[in-house]
Amino acid sequence: MPIHDQGYRRYRGRRLAAGGVWWVIARAQMAASLRQRRFWWLLLAAWLPFLVRAVQIYLSANFQQASFLAATAQTYRDFLGQQSLFVFLVTIALAGAIADDRRANALVLYLSKPLSRVEYVTGKLVALLVFLLGVTLAPALLLVLLQVIFSGTIAFVAANLFLLPAIVLFSVIEALVASLAILALSSLSKNRRFVSILYAGTVFFSGAMVRALRAMTGSSTWAVVSPADVLGVVGDAVFRSPRPPVVPVPLAAAAVVVLVGVALAVLERRIRAVEVVS
Amino acid sequence: MSPVVELERLTVRYGAKPVLRDVTAVLPAGAVGLLGPNGAGKSTLLKTLLGFVTPASGRVRVLGLDPVASPLIVRARLGYMPENDAHIPGMNAVSFVAYCGELCGLPRRDAMQRAHEVLQYVGLGEARYRTVETYSTGMKQRIKLAQALVHDPDLLFLDEPTNGMDPRGRDEMLDLIADVVRNKGLSVILSSHVLPDVERTCDHVVVLDQGAVAAQGPIASLKPGGRRVFELRIKAASAAAAEGFYAALDAAGATCLDTGDDVRRVLAPDSVDAAGLFGLASAHRVQVRHLRASVPTLEDAFAEAVGDHAPGPGASGTAG
Repeated sequence: MPIHDQGYRRYRGRRLAAGGVWWVIARAQMAASLRQRRFWWLLLAAWLPFLVRAVQIYLSANFQQASFLAATAQTYRDFLGQQSLFVFLVTIALAGAIADDRRANALVLYLSKPLSRVEYVTGKLVALLVFLLGVTLAPALLLVLLQVIFSGTIAFVAANLFLLPAIVLFSVIEALVASLAILALSSLSKNRRFVSILYAGTVFFSGAMVRALRAMTGSSTWAVVSPADVLGVVGDAVFRSPRPPVVPVPLAAAAVVVLVGVALAVLERRIRAVEVVS
Repeated sequence: MSPVVELERLTVRYGAKPVLRDVTAVLPAGAVGLLGPNGAGKSTLLKTLLGFVTPASGRVRVLGLDPVASPLIVRARLGYMPENDAHIPGMNAVSFVAYCGELCGLPRRDAMQRAHEVLQYVGLGEARYRTVETYSTGMKQRIKLAQALVHDPDLLFLDEPTNGMDPRGRDEMLDLIADVVRNKGLSVILSSHVLPDVERTCDHVVVLDQGAVAAQGPIASLKPGGRRVFELRIKAASAAAAEGFYAALDAAGATCLDTGDDVRRVLAPDSVDAAGLFGLASAHRVQVRHLRASVPTLEDAFAEAVGDHAPGPGASGTAG
């Protein structure tokens, strides 16, 4: 009689409660992304502006001659504006989040397990949000902390109570819009390169189109069709920036809501175990 | 033992087109073969049992549960091996199978341990650290079985599990399926093109044709028992003479099954023996070029059930 059977055995252990599978998916997606060395370099590069700003805050706090470098609320708005480049690049790097699964026919495997489509999308979304907030929210909050440490007082934070909520709100809106947009595009194709091109094309083409239409008609309202312009308006409003908005803030906010809604509708239609043939 | 699947007047439509029509069937525990020609509705039936497709009407029970009302509870007790290649990109085999275990609610440590065990069981123990993309077709079939088994389901849906496998790999896969049913207590619903595979592993079959149940029951009871089976090849001076001969066979109570080449399988009543066949051939001026007694097979039952859509003899038919 064998002392150990290496064959198939029934499982008698415990099973985790349903509803937490999204974290398993998020973890796997993050691990898959971090396996790529290029992605590490991109994340490191995304923190270079943070270093520059940290030096700026240090100098202004410790040297009288550099007081003109002192950070204001607008400094944080500008910092997050600069980080939009890295939001774009990180989003492009994550273009395969669903496309790779579609290429490998993995959706049918996922959805034959005890998890819902919402859990699948949530898992992918959380992974993307972690990386995008890691290059926006995390360095911005760390800068605020550094400012408090270098100046030795919380006077700046107390004088700008709206700043922390503004950083959180704008970072989350920007990351959410970028994540949902790339997930929706990723669900449309089996080719991550095609998805990257589609995303970049959408961002650049909409911007170019807005500029052309503005030049032809003289109206800046066309900016409402450009996600980058719309997010810029929302960001300025959240940070109480003195810059005049190119479109009314409610219209820009509505455009963001529409963009999120369209992305969710695409995901609802595309994330299925069986193809929908109309 | 209670049935694993119960279908009562199940109708499924894609748009206006009915794909399953009033299907009523009871699939007992054990190994059940799902057969049918292309477009018969087999895949749709599996998708309905998994809760992917919502029926237009009728009642479905899988392991006593309703997959429409509680798809996640049902899927927690199911293992599904899809027909097409499927894997999670960028993972090696053991990570992939462990990940599938975690998706089914196994704790991380248990999932990893089960992944090692199951990969050993399906014969991929030596290749478990290779990425799945580098696997051969046969290995991909095995790993699909492993991911379906890792969370220890009560019921396995296997869709064409031997597709693309060499004869030895096919034998091993069928042995694995037989083992999980007979020795491990799992139930299996096996959808396959290969009728001998179904005959070898299953005790019971459901034959679908044009969205309806054409035949169902234990394989032994479906085989045309109490009838003589012949392989017959004739040569006739004209098509009309051949047709006349086949019409005479039909009138005598025999069924001629087209096998795709010039040999036909004749399921004849006891009253028609070899001499009787020669007599009929002579009466219709038809030459018998080949006549051999045969034994009833599942293919005969399948061909009789679905008529013109019947598969050819041997390995693969048109079930799909």
